[in-house]
Amino acid sequence: MNEELSAAGRIRWGWFIAWAAVMLLLPMVLEDTHTLTVLTIWSLLALSLGLMWGYAGILSFGHAAYFGLGAYAYAIASINFGESTVALFLAMLVPAMLAAAIGAMMFFGRISDVYLGVITLVVSLILFKFMNATAGDVYRIGDARLGGFNGIPGFPILNVPGFPSMEIWGTPFYYVVAVALLLCYLLSRWILYSTFGRVLLGIRENELRTELLGYNVPLHKTAIFSISAAMAGLAGAFFAMWSEIVTPGLFALGQSAEVIIYVIVGGLGTLVGPMAGAILLGFLKLLLGEQTLIDNSLVMGLILVLAVLLVPSGIAPQLAKFRKRYIDRLFRQRSGSSGRRRRKLGGSGNGKESS
Amino acid sequence: MGITRRNVLLGAGAGLLSSALPQHNAYAADSIKVGSILDNSGNLDIYGKPMVQATKLAVDEINEAGGLLGRELELIQYDTQSDIALYTKFAQQLARRDKADVVQGGITSASREAVRQTFKRANTLYFYNTLYEGGVCDRNVVCTGSTPAQANEPLVEAAMERWGKKVYILAADYNYGQITAKWLNYYVSQRGGSIAQTSFFPLDVADFGSTIARIQQESPDWVVSALVGGAHMSFYRQWAASGMNEKIPLASTTFGAGNEQGALSAGEADGILVAHNYSQELDTPANKAFLERWEAANGDTSVIHELSVGQYQGVHLWAEVVRTAGSLDRDAMLEALGSGVSIEGPTGKVSLDPQTQHAALDIQLMEVRDQKLNIISTASQRPPSDTARYCNLQEDPDSNIQYEVDI
Amino acid sequence: MDYAAIVFLEILYMISFLVLSSVGLAIVFGMMRVINLAHGEFVMLGGYTTLACHSAGINIFFAMLVIAPITVGIVGLLVERLVVRWLYGRMIDTMLATWGLSLLFVGLVTLIFGSSAVGIPTPISGYQLGSYQMGGYNLFIIGITIVLITLMWIVLRYTRVGLVARGAMQNPEVASSLGYNPKTIYMLTFTAGAAVSGLAGGVLAPLTGLLPSSGGAFIAKAFITVITGGASIITGVLSSGILFGAINQVVSFAANPVMGEIAMLVLAIVLLRLMPQGITGRFFRNST
Repeated sequence: MNEELSAAGRIRWGWFIAWAAVMLLLPMVLEDTHTLTVLTIWSLLALSLGLMWGYAGILSFGHAAYFGLGAYAYAIASINFGESTVALFLAMLVPAMLAAAIGAMMFFGRISDVYLGVITLVVSLILFKFMNATAGDVYRIGDARLGGFNGIPGFPILNVPGFPSMEIWGTPFYYVVAVALLLCYLLSRWILYSTFGRVLLGIRENELRTELLGYNVPLHKTAIFSISAAMAGLAGAFFAMWSEIVTPGLFALGQSAEVIIYVIVGGLGTLVGPMAGAILLGFLKLLLGEQTLIDNSLVMGLILVLAVLLVPSGIAPQLAKFRKRYIDRLFRQRSGSSGRRRRKLGGSGNGKESS
Repeated sequence: MGITRRNVLLGAGAGLLSSALPQHNAYAADSIKVGSILDNSGNLDIYGKPMVQATKLAVDEINEAGGLLGRELELIQYDTQSDIALYTKFAQQLARRDKADVVQGGITSASREAVRQTFKRANTLYFYNTLYEGGVCDRNVVCTGSTPAQANEPLVEAAMERWGKKVYILAADYNYGQITAKWLNYYVSQRGGSIAQTSFFPLDVADFGSTIARIQQESPDWVVSALVGGAHMSFYRQWAASGMNEKIPLASTTFGAGNEQGALSAGEADGILVAHNYSQELDTPANKAFLERWEAANGDTSVIHELSVGQYQGVHLWAEVVRTAGSLDRDAMLEALGSGVSIEGPTGKVSLDPQTQHAALDIQLMEVRDQKLNIISTASQRPPSDTARYCNLQEDPDSNIQYEVDI
Repeated sequence: MDYAAIVFLEILYMISFLVLSSVGLAIVFGMMRVINLAHGEFVMLGGYTTLACHSAGINIFFAMLVIAPITVGIVGLLVERLVVRWLYGRMIDTMLATWGLSLLFVGLVTLIFGSSAVGIPTPISGYQLGSYQMGGYNLFIIGITIVLITLMWIVLRYTRVGLVARGAMQNPEVASSLGYNPKTIYMLTFTAGAAVSGLAGGVLAPLTGLLPSSGGAFIAKAFITVITGGASIITGVLSSGILFGAINQVVSFAANPVMGEIAMLVLAIVLLRLMPQGITGRFFRNST
């Protein structure tokens, strides 16, 4: 147990630097940074859910609520302020505050597993329905009209702080998003390394025991829920800048489900897994959109069913197992890190959720 | 975290794939690139699928006739899966990576607004071929679909003559419905009529029980619907199921444009009054020939609706613009647009109005009968006078907005 | 007065709609703690089956009440054998796999029937209530719901099958110690749930129309209704269905349908906050 706890917060700096370098060097090889950017944004969204679900055991069926709220907060604020800095900050603050309110309501009310799922789902549905019904002229916040189904187009995109006319787009925008993702990853690792993170792991493993040890369980859960929402909000703001329009579709059920799939296909209980899942499946989704031969939902559905049946623990843990078995063996004597135990986290499908 | 490396490899592999995969360069390097973005799957594919077929048919026809300027056309088709995010994504791709010479497509007004700025920034000429609420004033955009002044005014006129002055408006709750409702209100009041009530419905509302009761409470002379999409079809069904179709007559600004009459059973939609640019029943040689070509290319002609014919004509209209311009340079094409280009399509004459870059169209007043749109009368060459109130692209070529009614 | 009667009938109809479209999911959730996210597609398949039979000239009532449940039941059986049975005890994985299945079904139906909206004519005509015209088919749906729920209640309460089912619901080991294989019970339950969903789809199709994607319209509402209701199948789905249907329609009449739906969703949050195990987790504990 101890080993696992410390492993959760540990960063292998060598790998991290290599990863960061490749992410930052990719634009030199590829001219299509537009695709790269959106995959990075989806990774950030998946990371936010992966952190909360994989390490604190809180599954949100409506994570799109915070993603969409971030996007809307950004769009509305940037129209009113005419620049992006404050708006970007609000895009994290507003979702975090909503999450804090809902989280407090749920966790102090001792709501858990599937009931928690329904509440998170319902919150995203309410936002979806409401935003869809705001096409009338009366629905405006400051200078921004909410626009209903049409959403809000034409808001300012990211600019250099303090200089509204210096817009950041294209490859520089990719760098901003990539650095944000790397920072959020480091932040997540740091959270898991801290006492706070260890309490979260304790809650996931045994909520009652953690509580009896004197920790305030609802408070911890609410906090990680807010942090995750802020991260999703940031992803939402980036997505708004990337697509240059926000629509109620951001709150849709499908959006929430997609993130869940990224996380579970990538590997629950890891941080890298969700990101990898987002890149892989996100890319597949874009690729399917470029052909008209096969029905897209057919392919996506098939992949999902097969993934659950054949690779139930997700790609990342599966690869890690593979690495352990074959590659680490080669290096074992040199590095001397023999037999580091790594428990499979919720891998075989989370017995803990069943009631 | 040993997986980081694999993550990186995955990313790199994905990137390589994306640069290696669909380059669409089936033809010689100097083929003309026609981009098309439509929802070929998902919620809106009822509209999108035939539009995709129509685009392909038009491009094939032009190629069979020897292409344009001696070059072959190459169609680059993207499926936006009824997802607005994919519209911006593929628009960027068409403008920057594929360097398309023209882009045709977009279905909802939301999708048009999502891509319009992208194409403007990249100087990629964009054709939007769907009937809509009017008002787009942008030199980079050509709108070939009908607007309220073209299709709704004759509808209101005919309905008021037949049925009376008190009208209940039902409209989809987004900018199409909101703006169309304002125009309907305007046309009704102009003729001395009154609006009993206007109700808006988001696109996912499928239960109209309370609304039907409320309509009966108001007892209007007739009801006009600007409802859109699959969920709203329930209104017509529930209307007929309660027997209201025998009691209060119904007109619609949208019904039939997406082949809605085929989705209802024979009796349910009978008597609904509509006005559109196209009907499969059009008894003209151009339409007959079109139906034959469609059958040869795609088989089933029953899927053809106004939106797909609009898309088909949009491609041909653009081809005519290129022939007039003698060049694919955007400014040359815009210049040609200014000279007033026209074609003869399945719907009759389609002529571009240089002032608004909208099209003057023949409008058919029709009645639904046995799942067909039967033509009652034809108003030929109605101009887009609503948009022309505000918009003059000849005088103000930098305009970049969608005007909204202010009546 | 007439108007009040109309409002009352609309409320009854909305309750029936919710109950009917959720009860298949409730059977599977109540018995197996499995959340079947392909539930909406089962409903949709029931509708398409009815449509196909109707086009083939089969009597529409026979199609929706007999053929649709049987066909969708068989689909459910296949799904259980091929996918779900490998995932028992893994709630999230089951949800995910069934969600994949739902996409798969949407794709398949699109391939077979095309993506256009299609409709089935309502086989019952409207009637006059005072000065108002009402949909006669709504009454049929209310009736079907009442009959179905009553039948289910009788089966669960008074038959041997029901006894075993209720036993398995409370404790699978009891059933297995009595000589009933829980796996068989699960298989039959899933099939029964699918069949009831198919019936709902067939009955509702004439009013809602059909699209390959129309399952999505059912799943969220059904999911919320079932979870808020709690683990008891009939009492759960009835109590939450009545509350949600009533508030939805009352607010719809007072304001508009959107506010109706939002009011229903807010009520769901409030109910779950007050009763974290669902309504029947708090009241009616020993109900079916």
